[in-house]
Amino acid sequence: MGARRKLAIEEQDVAPSRASLPEPFAGWFAGRGWHPRAHQLALLDTVTAGRDALLIAPTGGGKTLAGFLPSLIDLAAQPPKRSPARSIHTLYVSPLKALATDIARNLTAPVAEMGLPIQLETRTGDTPQSRRARQRVLPPDILLTTPEQIALMLSHKSAEELFGQLKCVILDELHALATSKRGDLLALDLARLRTLSPELTAIGLSATVARPFELAAFLVPHKGQAATRLAEIVTAEGGIKADITILKSNADLPWAGHSARYALPEMYEAIKAHNMSLMFVNTRSQAEMLFHELWRYNDDNLPIALHHGSLDVGQRRKVEAAMVAGKLRAVVCTSTLDLGIDWGDVDLVINVGAPKGASRLSQRIGRANHRLDEPSKALLVPANRFEVMECQAALEAAAEGAQDTPPSRPGALDVLAQHILGMACAEPFDSDRLYREVVSAAPYQGLTREGFDQVLAFVATGGYALSNYERYAKLKKTKEGTHRVAHPRLAQAYRLNVGTIVEAPMLRVRLARLKGSGKTSGMVAGGRVLGEVEEYFIEQLAPGDTFVFAGEVLRFEGLREMDAIVTRAHATDPKVPAYEGGKFPLSTYLADRVRHMLAQRGAWSKLPEQVSDWLRIQADFSVVPSADEMLIETFPRGQRHYFVCYPFEGRLAHQSLGMLLTRRLERAHAAPLGFVANEYALAIWGLNDMSAMIREGRLELAQLFDEDMLGDDLDAWLAESNLMKRSFRVCAIISGLIERRHPGQEKTGRQMTVSSDLIYDVLRQHEPDHILLKAAFADAATGLIDLGRLGQFLKRIGGRIRHSALSHVSPLAVPVMLEIGRESVPSDVGDALLRETAEELIAEAMGEHAAR
Amino acid sequence: MLHAKPDLMPETAPTLRTHFEMAGHTLEPLAAGALYWQAEDTLLVADLHLEKGAAFAALGMLLPPYDTRSTLSRLGKIIAAVDPARVIALGDSFHRSECADHLVADDLASLTDLQKGRDWYWICGNHDPHLPGSIGGTVCATLTLSGVTLRHEPSDDASGPEIVGHLHPVARIARRGAVIRRRCFATDGNRLVMPAFGAYAGGLNVLHEAFQPLFRWHRLEAWMMGRHAVYPVLGSLLIPD
Repeated sequence: MGARRKLAIEEQDVAPSRASLPEPFAGWFAGRGWHPRAHQLALLDTVTAGRDALLIAPTGGGKTLAGFLPSLIDLAAQPPKRSPARSIHTLYVSPLKALATDIARNLTAPVAEMGLPIQLETRTGDTPQSRRARQRVLPPDILLTTPEQIALMLSHKSAEELFGQLKCVILDELHALATSKRGDLLALDLARLRTLSPELTAIGLSATVARPFELAAFLVPHKGQAATRLAEIVTAEGGIKADITILKSNADLPWAGHSARYALPEMYEAIKAHNMSLMFVNTRSQAEMLFHELWRYNDDNLPIALHHGSLDVGQRRKVEAAMVAGKLRAVVCTSTLDLGIDWGDVDLVINVGAPKGASRLSQRIGRANHRLDEPSKALLVPANRFEVMECQAALEAAAEGAQDTPPSRPGALDVLAQHILGMACAEPFDSDRLYREVVSAAPYQGLTREGFDQVLAFVATGGYALSNYERYAKLKKTKEGTHRVAHPRLAQAYRLNVGTIVEAPMLRVRLARLKGSGKTSGMVAGGRVLGEVEEYFIEQLAPGDTFVFAGEVLRFEGLREMDAIVTRAHATDPKVPAYEGGKFPLSTYLADRVRHMLAQRGAWSKLPEQVSDWLRIQADFSVVPSADEMLIETFPRGQRHYFVCYPFEGRLAHQSLGMLLTRRLERAHAAPLGFVANEYALAIWGLNDMSAMIREGRLELAQLFDEDMLGDDLDAWLAESNLMKRSFRVCAIISGLIERRHPGQEKTGRQMTVSSDLIYDVLRQHEPDHILLKAAFADAATGLIDLGRLGQFLKRIGGRIRHSALSHVSPLAVPVMLEIGRESVPSDVGDALLRETAEELIAEAMGEHAAR
Repeated sequence: MLHAKPDLMPETAPTLRTHFEMAGHTLEPLAAGALYWQAEDTLLVADLHLEKGAAFAALGMLLPPYDTRSTLSRLGKIIAAVDPARVIALGDSFHRSECADHLVADDLASLTDLQKGRDWYWICGNHDPHLPGSIGGTVCATLTLSGVTLRHEPSDDASGPEIVGHLHPVARIARRGAVIRRRCFATDGNRLVMPAFGAYAGGLNVLHEAFQPLFRWHRLEAWMMGRHAVYPVLGSLLIPD
């Protein structure tokens, strides 16, 4: 709280002191019949006065132009240069390289039309090496780039001159960057830029967020855990409220699943009634499924395309170009099209499946209709009954303008490790000064000197308690007491490793070309590449399995080096790509709204009849919990006894809870056999009658859900958890402990790698407090295992557990029960499956003997 | 105290085999990745790859330096439990020959301790062709025990029974939507390829072509390493990577 109070940011209604723009800008605006908007002038005032500013504006509000106006006006007013500038004037940072390119294009026009003597260029991973080298020596006035490129530029000695006269940094889509590892890296880079050019002004551009103050704090330097100066928040007048409806269908509402297949006719009609629809889904596999189904339904042969992060880049570019050219009627996409690029005249956004979060939904809806004076139009398509409630909750949240963007959190230590090495690559650094610079960055303001020194030691020698790597140190101390890189090859390695985006290891999906014919045909790898898919997904496939990818049903034939070789299959019931890719958790905020909706009978009338009937039957047969209770139902079914609870905390937190509860139920002799989770509920089944155990006091529910669950049980589970290992791998790569795999080096790379899983096991066993394990745990706790949320949940339900012992399955339990069997078994039960396999053989062998 | 995983099998399940036969000898694979030959009171391990972490550190990857003690402490636990008269390491015991002379004092002490009161043999591998005297034990190229040849790399002709290391076998099976990949003992009753024991040692799928000439495939069994037991799986159930 202290930090926030000291950070006296004024959120003022826009009241610009200036009424107009200087020439030639005023004339240029007038020539188009435009008036500068109030927020554009207010931002100009603030920045001209040398103050940092956060502009919050809806899409279509002229946000980007507002961000650039101060720089353009300043550059236009400068006397003609006698020699080319050696320093960049304005740095624009975007989370997407496509966005940087797009903005550069949009900016070139006004600059040319006003005849301004301003050079502007982009720099992304796609920029040719020669131009990047030239840009370091002869930079443009305005450079549009990404956080990774800034880190790269800062790792060269030339950074001092390149950024020495930097006046302005514009951070676009800041809401999408700030609370992520990329945001941490960006914050550290901003701190370094301020060291190089203390006078620079930072401008953040953002969509509406839940906590504007936190985002504004990102822009200003900190000292002693408080902002050292003010950042002004400029809020643009809102656009017209979006026109959102929930799709109505006469078909049976599914109980579970995510395909929304039942609503295909209505979705298809909606596409036909609009010029261009964007259809957002939450995962790549859903995108594949929906696209596949739509085309089966597409009698009119409407141009409907698919866009997601795993598709081949060339394929994606084609779809984007077709969108801009207005040649498509619908695009099925994932979050790859979430961010601010203008993809032509979208007049309808269809959100298929759960909205997951209020802010996420409003940003997606903002993709439709970029004109401020008309409402964006959106159609929500729930894929199952629980999602109907979630859609209704999101719709109400949107009407209120409620937001649920994630809160800020301490900066990640693996990112800091990468940054420290980068700083050493630029030039030897003094650790005191670097520490002061690091804690001036908002996410790292709370970092202690001890914590910093640990990370520094990690970069230098691995930071292990057993210090026998001194002679292999990466950082060496100079005579002056500064730190320098031990070898130039380390700088090369750093530059290959820069950035915080660690893709899951990917395999190319390549069509096999068949040689010969008939049964004797041999396969030749050499066909077309369809895209990439996560290695762990392919690892789950046996040759012969089918899956949907790039809109086709494919048969997995086998691996050849880094290629998954596939053939076209004609299966009608393909095994779909794993659910995981691009999965978002249900936001706490929406979950809370859904719980309240469930608890208030009066609110059920807003829901479709099928849903309110379902809830009424639940109320008659079992219990509908009140908003602050957690319901547990126990009942027998088949040879098993079931235990279903409804935390509403999202699938990841439920899976963690399932792992921990089965351990406890095992100890309580309930003989649990397995569990399954969805976004709303968790079902565990076992051999013993848990209703009776609870009745007879042999199973104490309050004890079962006690917060001490997050102690020893958690520890024991984490020792083996694959999810922790995945988090660890990411941290190990970002921090530079192990190297990224780069395309083409896999073959030689294999000999030079040690599996990060093995490293995790050894480190955890011998130095459980190592900072890399801390970093991995911090990641997993907010990500894959969502412990933060689990902890809050256990606190929330303390003393508020409601148990209902039933004779059979309840209506509310059906959705999660239907996930059983559809879900793959959690990977941590490997031993049980091994035993099963071995024993089946025994049975088979015994049978054979008996038959003889 | 680490609690066991919920066991998904009913308690009435038939008892698993715990031994396999090779050329008339009974051999017991242990869950930790070592093989116990009771008739000879001998414990066999393969591919310890000690000091692999240090070898990587020299190349600029500062991996946790605890792999050697991790490997030795697992080996120590088995030795304490079995108390064999003889221990044979089937080669690639050290990731690099030169590393063997640079063991941290603690690690050298625990290695010396393990050797006390028993015979210790180091069979040379391709990673450690020259082992120094400082590590104790007897260094040799191959050994023969009751007609079974012990060596690092499989021989070209499979005339006699042999136990080897070198290939780091792992087996992979698919079951109920899950795929499991584990280190394994691969044997056809005439030849046995031991799993790698080292903490940082990787693995190679038994169906990889490197294993192709080694087995009579209809007799192949992969004894896959579980947490508490080793599970025999028929060769026909294995799937490639």
